[in-house]
Amino acid sequence: MEKDTKAFQRVYTKLFQLTKATVSLYAKGVGNEELAIVDGRLAQVVKIMGDMVTLQIFGGTEGIATNAEVIFAGKAPTLKVGDDLAGRFFNAYGEPLEGGEILGREQEIGGPSVNPVRRKQPSEYIPTGIAGIDLNNALVTGQKIPFFADPDQPYNQVMAMVALRAKADKIILAGMGLTNDDYLYFKNVFDNAGALDRIVGFINTTENPPVERLLVPDMALTAAEYFAVEKNEKVLVLLTDMTLYSDALSIVSNRMDQIPSKDSMPGSLYSDLAKLYEKAVQFPDGGSITIIAVTTLSGGDITHAVPDNTGYITEGQLFLRKDSDVGKVIVDPFRSLSRLKQLVIGKKTREDHPQVMNAAVRLYADAANAKTKQENGFDLTDYDERTLEFAKGYSRQLLAIDVNIETDAMLETAYELFGKYFKPAEVGIRQEFVDKYWKNKG
Amino acid sequence: MNTIGNVTGVIANLVIVETEGTTSQNEICFIKLGETKLMAEVIKVVGKKAYIQVFESTRGLKVGTEVEFMGHMLEATLGPGILSKNFDGLMNDLDKMEGVFLKRGDYTDPLDFDKKFEFKVLAKEGDKVTAGSWLGEVKENWISHKIMVPFKFEGEYTIKSIKGDGEYSPKDTMAILIDRDGKKHEVTMVQKWPVKVPIRAYREKPRPFRILETGIRVMDTLNPMAEGGTGFIPGPFGSGKTVLQHNLSKNAEADLVIVAACGERANEVVEIFTEFPELDDPRTGRKLMERTTIIANTSNMPVAAREASVYTAMTIAEYYRAMGLKVLLLADSTSRWAQALREMSNRMEELPGPDGFPMDLSAIIANFYARAGFVYLNNGETGSITFIGTVSPAGGNLKEPVTESTKKVARSFYALSQERADSKRYPAIDPIDSYSKYLEYPEIAEYLNEKIAPNWTESVFEAKDILLRGKEVYEQINILGDDGVPIDYHIKYWRSELVDFVILQQDAFDKIDASSSLDRQYYMLKKTLEIAHIDFPFDSFEDVGPYFKRVINALKQMNYSEYESEKFKNNEKELEKILGEKRADAEAEKA
Repeated sequence: MEKDTKAFQRVYTKLFQLTKATVSLYAKGVGNEELAIVDGRLAQVVKIMGDMVTLQIFGGTEGIATNAEVIFAGKAPTLKVGDDLAGRFFNAYGEPLEGGEILGREQEIGGPSVNPVRRKQPSEYIPTGIAGIDLNNALVTGQKIPFFADPDQPYNQVMAMVALRAKADKIILAGMGLTNDDYLYFKNVFDNAGALDRIVGFINTTENPPVERLLVPDMALTAAEYFAVEKNEKVLVLLTDMTLYSDALSIVSNRMDQIPSKDSMPGSLYSDLAKLYEKAVQFPDGGSITIIAVTTLSGGDITHAVPDNTGYITEGQLFLRKDSDVGKVIVDPFRSLSRLKQLVIGKKTREDHPQVMNAAVRLYADAANAKTKQENGFDLTDYDERTLEFAKGYSRQLLAIDVNIETDAMLETAYELFGKYFKPAEVGIRQEFVDKYWKNKG
Repeated sequence: MNTIGNVTGVIANLVIVETEGTTSQNEICFIKLGETKLMAEVIKVVGKKAYIQVFESTRGLKVGTEVEFMGHMLEATLGPGILSKNFDGLMNDLDKMEGVFLKRGDYTDPLDFDKKFEFKVLAKEGDKVTAGSWLGEVKENWISHKIMVPFKFEGEYTIKSIKGDGEYSPKDTMAILIDRDGKKHEVTMVQKWPVKVPIRAYREKPRPFRILETGIRVMDTLNPMAEGGTGFIPGPFGSGKTVLQHNLSKNAEADLVIVAACGERANEVVEIFTEFPELDDPRTGRKLMERTTIIANTSNMPVAAREASVYTAMTIAEYYRAMGLKVLLLADSTSRWAQALREMSNRMEELPGPDGFPMDLSAIIANFYARAGFVYLNNGETGSITFIGTVSPAGGNLKEPVTESTKKVARSFYALSQERADSKRYPAIDPIDSYSKYLEYPEIAEYLNEKIAPNWTESVFEAKDILLRGKEVYEQINILGDDGVPIDYHIKYWRSELVDFVILQQDAFDKIDASSSLDRQYYMLKKTLEIAHIDFPFDSFEDVGPYFKRVINALKQMNYSEYESEKFKNNEKELEKILGEKRADAEAEKA
């Protein structure tokens, strides 16, 4: 990074404390959260005690000497925002990966929150073509929702698919601890779809220092606010993976000798995550920020501090699961939830959507009970047998993540399956909808 | 002359200030960061060092910055015009702020001081008055907002002069009082009160003796909430805490509802902003917003103000209670408030208690819940604050400090169960784990039996028994298999399903079912228990479920119809027909 040599900059060369993530020195006139460059690496003020200033070094402190040069920048971290961002990929500091400059104005990252009374209630449906999402867990602009997934699940693929089909004006990818392979995958998929000009990427791969990740979501969301507020665009932000982001938080708080709370996470984890996720918003002038994130789980444990706090912050969560009966990855209809779906289903989609959704999930639950019965060696009734057959069709034709159909077609498919295995009385959909939409009622 | 100090340290929103002057615990101070003033509160003093928590972001704050101590604690501004407003945790009027984004250091007036109110005098010259005495009243929406002797006034005063009926602004002097030493004190419609101190302008706080109707069957029927009582709703995410709280705020039989959205999702508050002005209050027919006040400190707003928000909400509730009103206070979620305490305690490097929470968490929670209650005011009128808080237990585990501390002080416990939520049995209040201590209060039992029906409480306990028995036999059936248990077990199980589907489950999104009157609850419980008493003859266990499903369906249709309407009665006839089939069988068998 090039060093500015403006007159007001203050330069120090005596560090008295070094840890793996922080350095401390005596300095005067330093502002909280101010940016500095330590031995050429970007750093930020995290603590001031009298003349003693503690800096967190995003790139790690390996090789930093006690006489390293420290230059304070007199400002908080910024991103240059402008239309020039579109179609480019950046590192965690907001510098273009391919080199070059960004034309735009400097904007502090991690800026203020939206006044709650100025928000609009989200109401715009985001169809993705994936029935496990659209039919059962419809997404809405301004929503924030994570995938809760084990590391071996194809969440990045599903997310890329959702992003491309979501008809967003801009897609902002924030990669935290992304493997280089996944980064190239995203780039390829977006390129092949001819969508690169709609993409902005902020990428920290596993090859980069972990503390750098802390900047990535703020960078991405600052870019998102630019497009949503100033250009009134519909912006979709992809945050992957928030568990790795949280790990970076815990590293820094640990180095600062803070008392850890649950699962070695800092006590402020809830506020830290909420500050990012709450950037999802529907603005009154039409712009919106929708956040789709990934929280990787260890062994499916959702009581761990990261998924647990996330669940309390986000508006639902999406679970992927391998259905061994049909050999496909599906969006789990039981554990997945979109809290905002009520705002659009049956309103922006066909009137019978809520009823069809509930009926299908109920029958799928009956199938799960039948399956348990079967596994325990009890006899199955005729109804049990039919629900099991239905469940296979439902899983294959609707829940599987490789489904890509219009929302109306999803409803038609559901009726087809209902008609194949059940009588209307067993499905329990309101009579007027049965008359109007159910074609093959035996 | 205010004490002045200078910043000597900054760790996130904890700032250390050195001062030569006097400071006090919980004193408010302002940090002069350039043109902006950042509000903060003293939370610890060691020698010359005051530790303050800043209600704003401290970005850019430098050592040496001047800090002015204000000599008072965080205060709420109390006066006509609070109702229907949207405040932040520090009682700034959010609607008065400019721009889409919140600006640091932007503090707005909580009240509209230019607005005129129609004053009606209630006291006269020469009257002896004390703090909280009613001097007059003004119309605020539909309530009579009492203008009171400020709560800060100690001892007895005499009214020297008082304004007559007419139009006045909140800051006009409405009365002049004289204290015992003959000193004059001016009283306006507005007063200030430190939010962390309870307002005690009442004569007596008896045990709660009547219930607060909520329209929610699983609460009113099975675990009633007392008027002036305390309750809490713990539940993992996705179990429907917020929907339940919203439903309470819509249907509870209170004069006014104060919602403290404390560290929760902004879109949930937006839902209230958007929907409440449109929705009708089922009891008065007015818009719900007219009786609702929102304190919004969402999760992305500054953490320290989150802690303040619940106290601000409680203080407003106490202010209206002193007017003789029935106030319902809802806080969602008290866990976020506890977490705010933890964050500060952590930054001050205090020795942590369980899970990193401060050691005095239990005491703080207990003190807060104790501020609710039913009171007799000094003039003999009554007022109440019913407080219901939600708790968001980490990992859904109820053995965590916030849940446990709350359980010690809140008298009713509405446990939301993941299992019930997963099977879409809403509201997902677990009928077995939940309790209301008020049901055991003899005065409440007496009240219920008088108001609803003699032996009402007996019926309630019977319904609870049926549920418990149903749960027990269900476990047996699961172990032994459907045909491994006597038919009687299936009947017991389905009786509990009957109570579950008809009484416990309620559709919060259905216009009619969302709220159920006490009359109606009585009728439905009576009907349900009557059915549970019938000894149905069944030939095979396979017939039990389908038959009960028909009965349940008929009863549910009744729940979905206007009470005592034609449709309701037709559904009931349908039900009687279904019951008739089996009754005939039963009699044939007896014969």
